[in-house]
Amino acid sequence: MSKHGQHSSPYTEDRNIPGAFEGETVTRRRFMTGTTHAAGVVAAASFALPALGFAIGPIFKEAPHTWEGVGPTDMFPDNDYVPTVITLTPGIGEAGKTTVYVRKRNPLLDTDPPDRTNQFIAISSRCAHLGCPVRWVDAAERFICPCHGGVYDLLGRRVGGPPVRPLDRFYTRVVGGEVQIGPRYSVNSELERFNPRDPGEPIDGIGQFAYPSRPSIQK
Amino acid sequence: MARAPKLPAPPVPSALKAPPPRPGSPDIKTRPIDHAREGGSSVVGWVDERTSLSGAARWTMFRKVPRGTNWFYTLGSATMFAFLSQAVTGVFLAMFYKPDPSGGAYESIRHVTNEVFLGQFVRGMHKWGSSVMVILVFLHMGRTFFFGAYKYPRELNWVIGVVLLILTMVMSFTGYLLPFDQRAYWATIVGVNINGTGPLIGPYLSDFLRGGPEFGATTLSRFYAIHMLLVPGLIAALIGAHLYLVAKLGTTAPPWLKAEKNPDLRKADA
Repeated sequence: MSKHGQHSSPYTEDRNIPGAFEGETVTRRRFMTGTTHAAGVVAAASFALPALGFAIGPIFKEAPHTWEGVGPTDMFPDNDYVPTVITLTPGIGEAGKTTVYVRKRNPLLDTDPPDRTNQFIAISSRCAHLGCPVRWVDAAERFICPCHGGVYDLLGRRVGGPPVRPLDRFYTRVVGGEVQIGPRYSVNSELERFNPRDPGEPIDGIGQFAYPSRPSIQK
Repeated sequence: MARAPKLPAPPVPSALKAPPPRPGSPDIKTRPIDHAREGGSSVVGWVDERTSLSGAARWTMFRKVPRGTNWFYTLGSATMFAFLSQAVTGVFLAMFYKPDPSGGAYESIRHVTNEVFLGQFVRGMHKWGSSVMVILVFLHMGRTFFFGAYKYPRELNWVIGVVLLILTMVMSFTGYLLPFDQRAYWATIVGVNINGTGPLIGPYLSDFLRGGPEFGATTLSRFYAIHMLLVPGLIAALIGAHLYLVAKLGTTAPPWLKAEKNPDLRKADA
């Protein structure tokens, strides 16, 4: 039952509304109300949407590929790591730098298929648990994380503590006798390559789908 | 109603005292001192005539409280004063702070702590006050829980309170980065990565917090803006809603009070 009682016709003309046009079904009051609401929505969206896009934009920004030289090829032995420092985020000083452990590829240790990008092994010092900086402890031949006790072996595979996957690696190349460090990639427990993931995100089994790599770090 | 005892007159020199009115003189106060005496109440009256705020003030402040109200009921106010302290000290700290990740942030905090007059004290109030606020929030929440004060009709106030708790945690997390020392930096790395461990949405959430895939130039200013603009505004607004509901619904009696059995007394109570 319409609240208009006997005026339940859809046509304004039949409902005795003054000035009604033939065939008109929307009253002017209703039209004004709708127009005002629509104008309000447009006004709010015109500042809210750009601001929202501005705030979440970085999520979809693609990271640039950079290569950074760390030293001549004969600086790196094939049985021990040399700590080198590269800049991940330029312009913010020490906070944008990270330590990378580099050594020459050793066919006796490294069983992953050799190609142009892993003639030198570059292990990220970013712990795969929650991102603290691991250090290579010579005496123990282990990478050890100071925060929550993650322990990794010579190849960066987890041997103890909470980390969910091996340490990340960087692509390397040799240009003019100099070793250069390129984009990051993650590895699963079989040391197979994956697009880079953040710390704390497993990539064995279902993890690789539950923790997708994002456009911002896709390589 | 018994009249309150009259206060003794202040020791004013007799020259300044108003002469007693002559018998038969009209009771009109026209001298400037009379207007000055009335100044306060006439300003209040002027505002109230145009806003009707006095009703709202009476409604907020002169409420009936249940029998058995005790010191535990002050924890909410204590939390609010902790927030106000954080707000005031935070505004003054913001006058010195520079959200510059390449050394300026750390340097400005060092400057406040070591060189600014009372800087160490005000920064200390902000730093330790944050822990005080978190502790008070939990004590207030515990009081509400154990007194059953979250039950009908106060569920919405519990929900608002939980949102306020979460916002307080956001304040703690974002404020922790701002000194930009080693502890702040690595705690934020770890905290952001904990956010990233949520399946599917987690990686995007940590990208949003960092403003990119790595801890970058905008991360610090992003945290600073969240810490001093976004969340304080939300907290202030929600505290307003929280207090409105407290005034509207009243406080609960403590659980150890039994309902009055005598129907006559119950009627008088209500």
